[in-house]
Amino acid sequence: MISELSELMEMIFPWNTNKNSREEAKRRLQLILAHDRANVNPMMINRMREEILAVVARYVEINKDEMEIALENSDRMTALIANLPIVKFKRVAGAEENSQPLPADINLDLT
Amino acid sequence: MSRIIVVTSGKGGVGKTTVTSNLGAALAQVGCTVALIDADFGLRNLDLLLGLEERVVYTALDVLAGECRLAQALVKDKRLKGLVLLPAAQNRNKESVQPEQMKKITSALTKGYDYILIDSPAGIEMGFRNAIAAATESVIVTTPEVAAVRDADRVIGLLEAEGIHNIRLIINRVRPEMVQTNKMMSVEDVLELLAVPLVGVVPDDEKVIVATNKGEPLVIAEDYSLPALSFTNIARRLQGEKVPFLDLMAEQNNILTRIRRIFGG
Ligand SMILES: Nc1ncnc2c1ncn2[C@@H]1O[C@H](COP(=O)(O)OP(=O)(O)OP(=O)(O)O)[C@@H](O)[C@H]1O
Ligand SMILES: [Mg+2]
Repeated sequence: MISELSELMEMIFPWNTNKNSREEAKRRLQLILAHDRANVNPMMINRMREEILAVVARYVEINKDEMEIALENSDRMTALIANLPIVKFKRVAGAEENSQPLPADINLDLT
Repeated sequence: MSRIIVVTSGKGGVGKTTVTSNLGAALAQVGCTVALIDADFGLRNLDLLLGLEERVVYTALDVLAGECRLAQALVKDKRLKGLVLLPAAQNRNKESVQPEQMKKITSALTKGYDYILIDSPAGIEMGFRNAIAAATESVIVTTPEVAAVRDADRVIGLLEAEGIHNIRLIINRVRPEMVQTNKMMSVEDVLELLAVPLVGVVPDDEKVIVATNKGEPLVIAEDYSLPALSFTNIARRLQGEKVPFLDLMAEQNNILTRIRRIFGG
């Protein structure tokens, strides 16, 4: 009786229900289908993340905390989306002073 | 040219046989000739849903073994002109049939029928391979549940890999009151995930079970029901008619919005 009543209340005021299993099902499926379609599992995604990071890190510095690698679906197409924020180039304080001064006795003669 | 449609799902128990029998009956009712093939060898039950079990004499396997002619194995539905069933064998295993043999039988049936609907077994193994072998189109049956949608997606991928690109979706057992309270995915949710065209929505309705008790397709029942209308609409859409989808939420909403208004929601 109580449960029937609360069910009726949920039907009348759906916005009061915070346990939204419909969204949860959809969210889980989005991930599951992306992995199924690409035939990869979460472990492979992790390994891929490490390897991509290693390659990119040879050229630029990546912000590891904010990087994202995920599979995304749209219209039966699956894409691997990588977002690798590059660490802002930080000018080290006093860089000018630390740079090696030119030796005074260099020879720039072209002839 | 006849159309060869396999009804499949991946996951078991989502309503393939229910769809095959009722859609077959609905197509016959709108004037098409229809042959239903039970490809669920070893676990046949299409004959039961159609109420034809007493009249099964031969099966597809007897035809393949040369023990009877194809015409002898076809069971005619006396209530619906143009509807016949080719039963599956009950006692032999699925491995005894080959995709090539299914193709042979199906192509023979194309000479006499507008539609050939093939009821696939669950799974993606040999029985499924046999069921899809001859098909040029597919109707995928799913329910708005995580496991069913996932398996439907797998099967869609397999069909596409086999060159079957004409794929349409039936979402079965929808419960509008659960969608309303965010306890079940909506038709739109499932469509967004699977991204194949919709051909029908069938409500979860006890009349479906009552019809199977009687062995009577919904469309010929005396009191015409909402699920019966769903199947008639699917038949008409397959025929190329543009039929708007039933708004299962409408009834629900009518009452609820009125109550909400009282509460100022
Ligand atoms: N729309 C519906 N409303 C209520 N009950 C339904 C509905 N559709 C199917 N059912 C019930 O669900 C059960 C499974 O249906 P059915 O046998 O058609 O599924 P199936 O996909 O063919 O199963 P299998 O994979 O075992 O072949 C049956 O008891 C059936 O009556
Ligand atoms: Mg079945």
